[in-house]
Amino acid sequence: MAQTVYSTTPAPATEGSVDVELRGVVKHFDDEPAVQGLDLRIYQGEFFSILGPSGCGKTTTLRLIAGFETPTEGEVLIQGVNMGRIPAHRRPVNTVFQSYALFDHMTVRDNIAFGLKIKRLPANQVRERVLDALRLVRMEGFADRMPNQLSGGQKQRVALARALVNRPAVMLLDEPLGALDLKLRKQMQVELSTLHRQLGITFILVTHDQEEALSLSDRIAVMNAGRIDQIGTPSDIYDRPTTPFVADFIGDTNLLHGHLEGSDGTVLRVVTPSGLKVLVQQHPEIPPEPHPVVVSVRPEKIRLSADFPTADNCYHGQISHVMYLGTHIHCGVRLSSGETLTVLLANRGQALPDLDTPMYAYWAAEDVRLLSAELPLPVSAGNP
Amino acid sequence: MAESPLPSSPAPDWGSHLAQTLAPQRWLGPVAMLGPSGLWLFLLLVIPTLLILEISLVPGLRLGQPAGGYGLGNYLQILEPVYLRVMGRSLAFALGSTLLCLGLGFPVAYWLALMSPKPWRNLLVVAFILPLWTSSLLRAYAWTTILRPSGVLNTLFGVLGLPSQTWLNTPTAVLIGLAYSFLPYMVLILYASLEKLDTRLLEAAADLGANPQQRFWKITVPQTLPGIAAGCLLVFIAALGDFVVPTLLGGASSMNISRLIYNQFLGPTRAWGFGSALSMVLILAVSLAIALLLKYGDRSTVTETSQ
Repeated sequence: MAQTVYSTTPAPATEGSVDVELRGVVKHFDDEPAVQGLDLRIYQGEFFSILGPSGCGKTTTLRLIAGFETPTEGEVLIQGVNMGRIPAHRRPVNTVFQSYALFDHMTVRDNIAFGLKIKRLPANQVRERVLDALRLVRMEGFADRMPNQLSGGQKQRVALARALVNRPAVMLLDEPLGALDLKLRKQMQVELSTLHRQLGITFILVTHDQEEALSLSDRIAVMNAGRIDQIGTPSDIYDRPTTPFVADFIGDTNLLHGHLEGSDGTVLRVVTPSGLKVLVQQHPEIPPEPHPVVVSVRPEKIRLSADFPTADNCYHGQISHVMYLGTHIHCGVRLSSGETLTVLLANRGQALPDLDTPMYAYWAAEDVRLLSAELPLPVSAGNP
Repeated sequence: MAESPLPSSPAPDWGSHLAQTLAPQRWLGPVAMLGPSGLWLFLLLVIPTLLILEISLVPGLRLGQPAGGYGLGNYLQILEPVYLRVMGRSLAFALGSTLLCLGLGFPVAYWLALMSPKPWRNLLVVAFILPLWTSSLLRAYAWTTILRPSGVLNTLFGVLGLPSQTWLNTPTAVLIGLAYSFLPYMVLILYASLEKLDTRLLEAAADLGANPQQRFWKITVPQTLPGIAAGCLLVFIAALGDFVVPTLLGGASSMNISRLIYNQFLGPTRAWGFGSALSMVLILAVSLAIALLLKYGDRSTVTETSQ
């Protein structure tokens, strides 16, 4: 087995030296704000994702780091160096573009060698490193093809090889898997993760695919309308969202808008305008004083029962829709108070509930996430 | 007509195949569409060219003198040093004006396609082709007033305290005139090519460490090479056969092939045989350039531009 030139350090801890730092970065395009005040630290060796809907400013953020855009305000630092006056071609980062942006007048080999030749590396070193990179993305047999002779997945691999052959401090990935079909995307996700572990360099991934971000990242920043709503580990983001937007954008959820009425010891009481009472576990970040709040209940946390169950939260309703998803069964429950809850049941071979069957939907107080309603929920990000 | 149910039948039925090919519905449409222009081209291009070819093969043919037999004498005459010099000069004019147009036109086309303010872009392009809407003869005459001894250029030289120069009737004047005449074509073709340049490739090159010069030579130029080839060949072809500019601006010292041909037919010698041989050489050279254009040039930019 030929010895690989890439270090094989294992995935590092999140705390360490800072590779990329944004300080109060603001970007306007013709007075249209794209990014509004970003503060961000990305650590050496981290797999960091920037997740958000289209138009949230995530690609602009990546382009600010790469140097294709200059911030209107604020600073971008890479490995402690202020990038203010450093153009894209002198930054220690390499980008994998959404469109691949392969040079179609060059062979795969020349595409990958481009960066090394620019750096005037000796020819034998260029040859070796190009071969290594090709091997790494499993494209050894394609060195002499032209880009237009490759499939989407193969182009993606070449684009990856062309970036990582330069051994950048930071790899920037702009929706790299967006153009691939589902199966190939899953496969490439696994390969990206493996590559990241093998190379031990910082990966910054921009994506609108929450599953991709959750499965690949050490940490995720969820962006919404030019701002970061929450930064955290995948389980922070999914299990402990801090804003209604994050709760709604990451996975499915039931959002109930209501008013915090008071506290019963360790449990808070929320009442919706329709009169629904929801018990929520006391939350250190949410003050117990009465104020508007949003309650988020994940569909998989809700259970159904024909008989009256014992639970903190239990509501009577009727089945409004049933969808068979294979691994799961997706149900809607129309409550007597008017709300419709989405419920996800694991498929254990049980009979599908019939439409309009009366049912109790119930969940525990600790399965609910209480969020401050101060940050308004965008209209476009509503429940499906 | 129904297709045979067994297309790979071992014994093809040639008779029905022929009948199918000759069925009126197969050829009537194409003939109706291509016939008129085909007849036009045959009568006014193919037959005259063949006549020129025939005349060129009669050595020493002069108007009003009995013709001799066929031979290659006219073509051999072209190899005399005096005429080879004319050929060389024609080639030099064509090459020189092509390079001038490329050098002057590329920055303009680049600016128009990639840097000019977008709302004004179309207007700027139209402004650039505006000279094409006036007669080339008129434009060449305009240059004579600029270049003549007491013309605009020398007046300007006088103001700047520089000595007067001889401009008119020099090869320099021919080059200036040719480059001026064909620059809009070059700019248009390069513009069409540069406009299609995927600027994301330039970003990718910058990302890989290429500075602006490297991006230009390694990405912009190779990506627009078909446009560059098309522009150069088109200008070359036009400049090689140009008659007006060398006649008006070049004077006696700037004899080129088209003027030489003119002299054979309408000058005092009336040497139609020799003139025809020269014409055949010019036709051949231009055909060769067109063949190269079709092979290497970006055809879409040429057709877009000539529309």
